[in-house]
Amino acid sequence: MNIEDFPMLKEDLIYLDNGATTLKPQCVIDKIKEYYETYSANAHRGDYDISFKVDMEYEKSRETVRNFINAPYKENIIFTSGTTESLNMIANGFFKNIIEQNDEILITKSEHASNVLPWFRLANECGAIMKYIPLESHHYVTLENVKKAVTPNTKIIALAGITNVIGDERPIKEITKFAHENDIFVVLDGAQSVPHRKTDVQDLDVDFLAFSAHKMCGPTGVGVLYGKKELLENIDPINLGGGMNESFDNPNEIYLKELPTRLEAGTPNIAGVIGFGEAIRYLEKIGMENIENYEKKLRKYAIDKLLTIPHLDIINIESDSGIIAFNVDNIFSQDVAYYLNKYKVCVRAGNHCAKILKKEVGVTNSLRVSLYFYNTESDIDALVELLENKEHIEREML
Amino acid sequence: MEHYREPLNRHRTEEKEYQYINTNNSSCIDNLDLFVKIEENKIKDICFDGEACAISTSSTSIMIKNLIGKTIEEAQDYIENFEKMLNEEEYNEELLQEAIAYKEIYKQGNRKHCAFLPYEGIKKILNKNNN
Repeated sequence: MNIEDFPMLKEDLIYLDNGATTLKPQCVIDKIKEYYETYSANAHRGDYDISFKVDMEYEKSRETVRNFINAPYKENIIFTSGTTESLNMIANGFFKNIIEQNDEILITKSEHASNVLPWFRLANECGAIMKYIPLESHHYVTLENVKKAVTPNTKIIALAGITNVIGDERPIKEITKFAHENDIFVVLDGAQSVPHRKTDVQDLDVDFLAFSAHKMCGPTGVGVLYGKKELLENIDPINLGGGMNESFDNPNEIYLKELPTRLEAGTPNIAGVIGFGEAIRYLEKIGMENIENYEKKLRKYAIDKLLTIPHLDIINIESDSGIIAFNVDNIFSQDVAYYLNKYKVCVRAGNHCAKILKKEVGVTNSLRVSLYFYNTESDIDALVELLENKEHIEREML
Repeated sequence: MEHYREPLNRHRTEEKEYQYINTNNSSCIDNLDLFVKIEENKIKDICFDGEACAISTSSTSIMIKNLIGKTIEEAQDYIENFEKMLNEEEYNEELLQEAIAYKEIYKQGNRKHCAFLPYEGIKKILNKNNN
């Protein structure tokens, strides 16, 4: 769908690494260009016209995000540099103040590094304990397994909505309901889910949500931290500085602004935030349901075709998302990725930042194809044709 | 290609005379363990293990073949020449023997590091032994 909107697709490129980052449509590029060319001033000034326009556009993006995830207030939306920063702010700025010795933090072995390492550090610093929800046979998370892993000491459940290697979609709403009945906070890593599914934070009822602009047609270096208002009020700002203070006189008299500016110290990524707003409006025009349905159909098409190749080992046949992880028998994944690159097919090889997943799946590294709505059946056909002949791969991979 | 399919000395060792170093590539997933035995200023043996792509594996194998028997200084000279070749500088082709197979690798910028990966590890060990 909508291939013509993407300048990168004007060349004969087959881009199948959307889990890493997505391509940018012309309207997002134009929106950023327009800021730099016609009203390139700082935010939070408003003393002159172009600065006032910056504030209007910047806050319009916040409203666009709020509406997109159905958050109740604009104060729920904090702009960050991306999912990683958002998750670190949650762990360091909020939970560090309330987690105590022997409290338990529950994650899974298939989380991305960004949803593992901030919790590891929190556990080290607070004497808390890391626990893992056991995964089902297809590496899925079920509510039953969450119930088994929860103890009276569990304080946090931090999960990706969709994981970045297995691509499984978690029953977040049900998990959150159960968690809240047991006074457990739920942190949702939406990096791989928000770009591909309609996300309604009030329906899911999660306490925090983190996601990135660049994985959903937006610019790099921008992301969102969503939090329930009463929780965000209690986040210690990690960065202090301009824009976020009300007044200060000496170390004992520092007064900070209200949300959301309190958590956005310094000159923000103005162009990025404005571009992000445009990206969301672009996705909304296509429709998140259309995107989801299209990707599911394309995934099925891809899986059916890839399954006909005997020398492929697909790790996540059953998965729900546009992510397909696989290996070519006896060929190192990176060599296959280099081979595909020769034919302008971009896929990812490696452990995909999910380093504790290895033992769980029994595969140390793999190739990953991750789809978005601008991929087509002919992209899949090209991939399949290149993978069909194993001798050709071996001959051409150097 | 043979050096990839059947690389020389691909095994680990627990023997005490061997010095161990891990060398890995931060931008990809190559991860090599090298074991080097140096006696009387000479490289007596090298073996390796780990997960690596075809370029890294074959480059390690050729490196092992060419470095065994060399003194530390000779080996350092060899490595310097190999590095120069990868960086498109002047180098001594004769000295590198089979390793000149990688002379075109600069055209694939992202694979240059794969070819150099084992040398990075060995370099560290040799520098330590030369002090």
